[in-house]
Amino acid sequence: MLAMNYRGPYRVRAEHKPDPVIEHPGDAIIRVTRSCICGSDLHLYHGLVPDTRVGHTFGHEFIGVVEEVGSGVHKLQVGDKVLVPFNVFCGSCFFCDRELYGNCDNMNAQSSAVGSIYGYSHTAGGYDGGQAELVRVPMADVGPMIIPHDIHDDDAVLLTDAVPTGYQAAEMGDIEEGDTVVVFGAGPVGIFAAKSAWLMGAGRVIVVDHVDYRLEFVKRYAQCEIVNFKEVRDMAEHIKKMTDWMGADVCIDAVGCEASGNAMQTLTGRYLMAQAGSATALHWCINSVRKGGNVSIVGVYGPTFNAVPIGNALNKGLTLRMNQASVRRHLPRLIEHIRAGRLNPKEIITHRVPLEDVSDAYHIFSGKLDECIKTVLIPPNTNQVRQVTASTMH
Amino acid sequence: MESREIVQQKGGHAHTGQHPGPGRAAPHRPTRDELQHIQGWGADLDRKDRPGVPMERTPPRFIHQPEGDPLQQQEKIEVLVSSERPGITQVFGTVQPPAGLSGMLRRLAFRASENDLRHWLLLLLADRVNVVEGIADDLARGHIPNVLGEMGIKAELKHNPAGLAKKAAIVAAVVGTAYYLMERRGRPDRDRHAEHRLSFDPRHGPPESGGADPGRRNRCA
Repeated sequence: MLAMNYRGPYRVRAEHKPDPVIEHPGDAIIRVTRSCICGSDLHLYHGLVPDTRVGHTFGHEFIGVVEEVGSGVHKLQVGDKVLVPFNVFCGSCFFCDRELYGNCDNMNAQSSAVGSIYGYSHTAGGYDGGQAELVRVPMADVGPMIIPHDIHDDDAVLLTDAVPTGYQAAEMGDIEEGDTVVVFGAGPVGIFAAKSAWLMGAGRVIVVDHVDYRLEFVKRYAQCEIVNFKEVRDMAEHIKKMTDWMGADVCIDAVGCEASGNAMQTLTGRYLMAQAGSATALHWCINSVRKGGNVSIVGVYGPTFNAVPIGNALNKGLTLRMNQASVRRHLPRLIEHIRAGRLNPKEIITHRVPLEDVSDAYHIFSGKLDECIKTVLIPPNTNQVRQVTASTMH
Repeated sequence: MESREIVQQKGGHAHTGQHPGPGRAAPHRPTRDELQHIQGWGADLDRKDRPGVPMERTPPRFIHQPEGDPLQQQEKIEVLVSSERPGITQVFGTVQPPAGLSGMLRRLAFRASENDLRHWLLLLLADRVNVVEGIADDLARGHIPNVLGEMGIKAELKHNPAGLAKKAAIVAAVVGTAYYLMERRGRPDRDRHAEHRLSFDPRHGPPESGGADPGRRNRCA
């Protein structure tokens, strides 16, 4: 099969690899029809996530058709069209029993801190991802969801991660009516966090980034206020000023370990790797939120230490909530929102690229070229879709 | 700042001029009417209706919950296991088993717990070693990796030609400077001594003009 193949920092290619096989009775093999490049894939692409091995196939946002099932699979049948949440989870452990699917303890031998994620290094379980023609999906009766007939494939693929992660980010902020919510990061997750903040009754939504085209997009798509942090003297001071010197009620970190905006963080976190990435967005969250406010973190950080202003968080009496999204829990509600027209996820897709051109797709997304917001990769087996849509690159 | 200017205009003392102005205890909050134009506003206003994350909720509502733990997957390859959990998990990933020097480093890393910084730093080191192994593996298979292609040069050329030209110029300048410095360092001492004599030993007189070695002449100049 053709699959994306990681060769080292900033180097990926499409290459033929052996087809995945059933390794466990609960496995299914899914023939991928669409996969996305996620912002957090860029942390892998840039070599920041430990135990990312050469030859790995990324991709934790994908949908497809069931090609083969193991002997222990009863709920899925060959031919079913499914969306696959990015978490690999068992459904029965202590954590899954509490709907903490992102924290499942039965699927990742290589880390007790990190849950399992498709195509996200061996630290996240050592499963190949969906930027390929075929992918192994463990616990197929538990994770995948059959795509309802009235849900568009482009909406479905965004329901595997970006939409639920943005929604959970807003939910973890515990937003009350009229709250001022500041979202750091205008990538896909930040965009959906901003949209979700309105659903939860926010009074103001402000999105912060430094890329003008992303800010213009989120302003239009999520009807929010925007701030380009390069144009302000100090981010926390600016947010205070915007909020009658009170601070935001809720701050959301939708950036993670590759934040720009602070030279020292960039040096120590991204270049020297002396901490788990640059925590600039997290600093800004803690320092921009009002006393007693909530900070919600969905931006990905590495598992090593970070020099975060925990003292400020203590003194301000903040509530910090963070997690990988438990995607499966949000799907019924999010499908309701899509059906009601409150969410239109597919509108953020700007690029559709044949899987063969994965190197260029990563470079465009990583470099924020061509006004890229979200990229969908189309594998060769999906010829009909490719003829219609795979036009961006050629 | 607007408020600072206002304070100063009112004739406040110098220190007051440093403050941005009095803050309000309760910032203005828009009314529901003001927010009705927002698509879907307030659909999840009732917090009891939200899926409720990350609060624990049992039993799970949205999955088919299997009874008991999953069956144990067979170990057919080497899987490194965190020291912070007992034994191997019921299900695990089976791609890219540890191999070579990077594999040795990874095995060493897994002797330390995830709580130990050495665990992560060794894994990051192993990742870098693995990149070199990947290139060697490509070459061993007779495949010369198209490094620039893998880095997306086609997209860079199409969407950021000015950036590409700038990067190319920087690389050329760095390589050129490095070459020049190496060239200087690489010259044998004997040559340098000879040049020194040619330039400064009065017995040899001034260096010949238009001699047989123009390169040497240029370097002496």
